[in-house]
Amino acid sequence: MLTVDVRRTLSDFTLDVRFASGGTTALFGPSGAGKTTVANLVAGLMKPDDGRIALDGEVLFDSAQGINVPAHRRRIGYVFQEGRLFPHLTVARNLDYGRWMNGHPRDEAAQERIVAMLDLGTLLQRRPGKLSGGERQRVAIGRALLAKPRLLLLDEPLASLDAARKAEILPYLERLHQEALPMIYVSHHPDEVRRIADQVVRIDGGKVTAIGGIELLG
Amino acid sequence: MTNAAPLLDLTPEEWTAIRLSLRIALTATASSLPFGIAVAWLLARKRFWGKGLLDGIIHLPLVLPPVVTGYLLLIAFGRKGVIGAFLAEFGIVFAFRWTGAALACAVMSFPLLVRPLRLSFESIDRRLEDAASTLGASPLKVFFTVTLPLAVPGLIAGTLLGFAKALGEFGATITFVSNIPGETQTISAAIYTLTQIPAGDAAAARLVMVAIVIALIALIASEWLSRRAGQRFHGE
Repeated sequence: MLTVDVRRTLSDFTLDVRFASGGTTALFGPSGAGKTTVANLVAGLMKPDDGRIALDGEVLFDSAQGINVPAHRRRIGYVFQEGRLFPHLTVARNLDYGRWMNGHPRDEAAQERIVAMLDLGTLLQRRPGKLSGGERQRVAIGRALLAKPRLLLLDEPLASLDAARKAEILPYLERLHQEALPMIYVSHHPDEVRRIADQVVRIDGGKVTAIGGIELLG
Repeated sequence: MTNAAPLLDLTPEEWTAIRLSLRIALTATASSLPFGIAVAWLLARKRFWGKGLLDGIIHLPLVLPPVVTGYLLLIAFGRKGVIGAFLAEFGIVFAFRWTGAALACAVMSFPLLVRPLRLSFESIDRRLEDAASTLGASPLKVFFTVTLPLAVPGLIAGTLLGFAKALGEFGATITFVSNIPGETQTISAAIYTLTQIPAGDAAAARLVMVAIVIALIALIASEWLSRRAGQRFHGE
């Protein structure tokens, strides 16, 4: 369970959000509403001005207690809009990066399962520069999963793709449900959110305007 | 190729100057590289008090007359210099030693080493570093697994420029550690000496050839390394 109660001043408005999330929660709202900022605050890439963030009982940020766990110790996976694969590493090394950094032992079973789930088998020896946009996003999802996160953030993972590529990735995102991994899915597309999320947190102008099920999508 | 044989028939003294030049330039480049990386990273990434001053000091050897830089080194690192006297107590002596020549070359080549590295660091997409941290990489690991590998083109360019400058450095070196055969007499200093004596032309010509060959090899090597680094980033 993730609980978020934070405030942060941004250039054009003040972000002030409070919500709790288990399962798959969509942060839904128009572009520029502050959704990505919320994801960055949860991941530890940005620091709230004040408030509290906790995950499964562990406090990740608490301004009152002066706690701010750095991003690399939060074990929160993040799939970015643009993939952000490491251009100097092969797909296989990109996938292995989280395990390598965390000093985990090799887990061939997890590796094989995720490579199969995302159909990455033929891409392993390639470099990110030679991948299509859709392939890149699949590798990015696999890379985040193989770091064995406690929570997965997906920030508009389909935004940089055309309609055909979106249709290609969506089934993979639905398969993520099998992982039984809590997820935060950031999007402004109702049709994506409907297929993936159980809970919807609607954000507008930096504020939570509604929390509920997918019926909020209208 | 009958003309080439006597041309490449180098005397022991000339070989000594060549070996010494290479040793001095390699030592200067290798020992200034870690500092160069650190300074380039600081200048590219951090905002701190005195940043402009640091940037200026590093670039001073590029614009000062080399004799002035050599003289300042003599004042600071000479046996009676402020830093030199202190280091001498630990047995570290720069004055009139080949190590002093390496120090002079390192100082003179430092701005050329730092500049391409800094540009490389500045051009790296910092969002890749954020991605690495969400995958569990501490800031130090991010630096060594993402930042530095992506700065390899700048590292190669800076190292080559620095090495070439160190190899050719003359003014600051001769001012600081003089022109002692076998200790501080580099190729450049040897050529200078040979031009001062009536029968030195042939020997000077041989050393000039050697200087050109070394410079060409360094250029080709750097070109080859850069291309390989480029292929790693963009190719299969």
